[in-house]
Amino acid sequence: MTKKRIKVEDISKPSEKLSELRKEDFKPLPPPFDTPEATPDFAPLSEAAREKYEVSLDDTIAVSIPKPKDKAEEDELVAKFLSGLEKLFTKEDNWTFLQPLLLSMEHCAACHTCSEACHIYEASGENPIYRPAFRSEVFRRLYKKHVKSKGGLLQAWRDGEIELNWTTVARLAELSYRCNLCRRCAQTCPIGVDNGLIAHEIRKLFSQELGIAAKELHDDGSVLQLKVGSSTGMSPLVVKDNIEFIDEDVSEKTGLKIETPWDKAGAEILLIHNAGEIMSWPMNPGAFGVIFEVGGVSWTMSSEIAGYDSINYGVWYDDFQLARVAIKHAEAAKKLGVKKIVLGECGHAHKALTVIADRVLTGDLNIPRESCMVTLEDLIFSGRIKVDPSRNDFPVTLHDPCNLVRLMGVVEPQRRIIRHIAPRFREMEPHGVHNYCCGGGSGFAIMSGHNFNDWRHQIGGRKKLEQILNAFKDELDPSIRKYVCTPCSNCKGQLRDLFVYYDLWEKHSILYDGLVELIANCMTDVKPDFIEWEWH
Amino acid sequence: MDVILIITYVSVVVFIISVLVRFVRISKLPTHLRWELYPVAHEKGRASYGGSYLEEREWWTKPRESSRAGELKVMIPEILLLAGVWEHNRKHWLRSFPFHFGLYLLAGLVGLLLVGGIASAAGASVSAEGGAVGQALYHVTYAVGYAGLVLGLLGALALLGRRMFNADYREYTKKGDYFNLAFFVLTFAVALMAHGVADPDFAGLRACFERLVTFDVSSAPDGSTWQMGGLTAVEILLGSLLVAYIPLTHMSHFFTKWFTYHHVRWSDEPNLPGSQIERQMTEALQYPVSWSAPHIRGDGKKTWVDIAMAGVEENGE
Repeated sequence: MTKKRIKVEDISKPSEKLSELRKEDFKPLPPPFDTPEATPDFAPLSEAAREKYEVSLDDTIAVSIPKPKDKAEEDELVAKFLSGLEKLFTKEDNWTFLQPLLLSMEHCAACHTCSEACHIYEASGENPIYRPAFRSEVFRRLYKKHVKSKGGLLQAWRDGEIELNWTTVARLAELSYRCNLCRRCAQTCPIGVDNGLIAHEIRKLFSQELGIAAKELHDDGSVLQLKVGSSTGMSPLVVKDNIEFIDEDVSEKTGLKIETPWDKAGAEILLIHNAGEIMSWPMNPGAFGVIFEVGGVSWTMSSEIAGYDSINYGVWYDDFQLARVAIKHAEAAKKLGVKKIVLGECGHAHKALTVIADRVLTGDLNIPRESCMVTLEDLIFSGRIKVDPSRNDFPVTLHDPCNLVRLMGVVEPQRRIIRHIAPRFREMEPHGVHNYCCGGGSGFAIMSGHNFNDWRHQIGGRKKLEQILNAFKDELDPSIRKYVCTPCSNCKGQLRDLFVYYDLWEKHSILYDGLVELIANCMTDVKPDFIEWEWH
Repeated sequence: MDVILIITYVSVVVFIISVLVRFVRISKLPTHLRWELYPVAHEKGRASYGGSYLEEREWWTKPRESSRAGELKVMIPEILLLAGVWEHNRKHWLRSFPFHFGLYLLAGLVGLLLVGGIASAAGASVSAEGGAVGQALYHVTYAVGYAGLVLGLLGALALLGRRMFNADYREYTKKGDYFNLAFFVLTFAVALMAHGVADPDFAGLRACFERLVTFDVSSAPDGSTWQMGGLTAVEILLGSLLVAYIPLTHMSHFFTKWFTYHHVRWSDEPNLPGSQIERQMTEALQYPVSWSAPHIRGDGKKTWVDIAMAGVEENGE
């Protein structure tokens, strides 16, 4: 059966499903995952989900938009979309990204260079709707027809056909959540068009005008964080309790007395973790405590709202939520009078607070931010942390989180550390700023509703799985323990689920974990075997 | 009055005004949030692997080292050779490079014809029998002209063929795109025919440029509306219209690419206290917001900063 061709204008044509996802179409994985049975079946959407939500894009849903009750509701949502579309192109409502957005709207030459760079398009077996330019072209035609030229005789001739109806709107909303926003495609565009930005702006339109966003990002993400303090639901009291437990565990494990300082005014560093680490990977904040204590660092954590959780999901879908969370982070640092904020192992938190929100933080909220990669490198190479690399005598590779590397340019500090402490380190190919997303980027790592889990592991994470298998291809024997150093909490979330999905630990003894765990594992001041291989 | 030369002047004016208007419009858009993408070519000592100044401990206390040479190292092969397309989309490069390089050569031809026209107006001989400079100008014009037209025509035909016969491309090609490429094909084909048949050494075209630079738009002695031969007249007419048309379309990327690189991809200027960026941001944060979602409730009066500082609870979430 040949694959169905899907044209840009087909997005407006009502049908049960615009595109079908078939396992046999996906890009084959390397051995030993090159057989159909090595990949789990793609679970169909439940009848209940089909009844309740708009499901006409592909075989999964990420946003879960309820079906309109009647034509009047459909029309109302279309009108709201149109109103948001207009606002997105005004300087008052969208000064934040108007210039790059317009440049990307006006100058695409449809050369398809971006397609080759996209791991989702490649992994899906080149599904036409996952071509980076597909969603952009839909949006571009809507913009040109309804905002720029408002119709006109030559408009369709010049800009292409598109119809604005509920089907278009609903599918476009879902389609904006089939992109990891890794911007690898933008890196290759000869003109500088940024399809990742366009997906980001579509998400913003839906969130900021229609109040439509993935629940995990908005209700259970940024809203919860701003109300309670963390998207994990941990209040300041609970987080302090949890860290106390971690301090106890890590003290016992390392033989050192670790006591995390809280709200210490005048400390040099405010360390902000992704709170997911505290909940899911407690030895990560534990290892930070060990390294900072042994290194003699003046540091503190903050128990202010959001001051102990660096996540900022707004960076993926909503400028106002981004700004609100960034301001909370800065206010926590300002209150303590710290010299700088150091961001723990979380890529999007790095980029959100250091780069994207940089221009929102003015006046006394403009407190310097530094990557923990840089802080850790300084501690190790200044000799304040003593290491014995022979303790890390196992194959190690490094995953480059897109937000930290491609989108922020923090590339070498973590490599210099790993080359120094891991004698059997090898790079993935490609790596550095050209690395592939883990498949969990832009919030997908925390999104598993309905059967989206299947999508993010069979399509989103497929390329990363291929990279990891290739990095260890000569040592896949399960008797050899292998380590994928993953200095980002969201990427870890994705790799955790991906590894379980393909049973990588049981079959090949491949473990993922952070950079600080690898450092703590070889610190001479720490008892051996910090890494918990059996905990995966 | 020679109508062809008048159209040429008008086309040049349209070109200049279109480029200026678009350039000013883009320049006047508000400073946006940072959205850089690495490698950033001006990162001194780090661009080769895509690193940034954020790799420095306490980067804000250190001078940022920016390298103009680093930018040129990327931009020159990118512009002249389409290095990015070569690296990432080789099949397309085989079609796109001849087209673009042909255009560069034709832009060079216009420059050479302008110089030749001025020289001729000043009484110098630009021909195979002229002085050393005149001879050089004559031969270079000849070579650049034919190379540009042939490459441009082949490239435009190849791009048109790809858009017509490759389904992936066809599905993204609008009727206007076919028109654009056909316009190039027609212009280049007519120009080649004009030089093959009537003006093999570009002397006729140079004579037109001489009249252009001396503002001699008089009619021919016999009263016809243009002085050059019919094919040359059509060549100039099509070339002029094409020049006027390009900046009105997405093909304006020939100069807007400067913005996508320097204002977005490589725009890594931090917001330091007291900086110009901070002043620009302070102004932008006062823009009124009208987004309607429940967590924003912009009413067209509340400012960006009001809403960002308010938190979600005040907005009814």
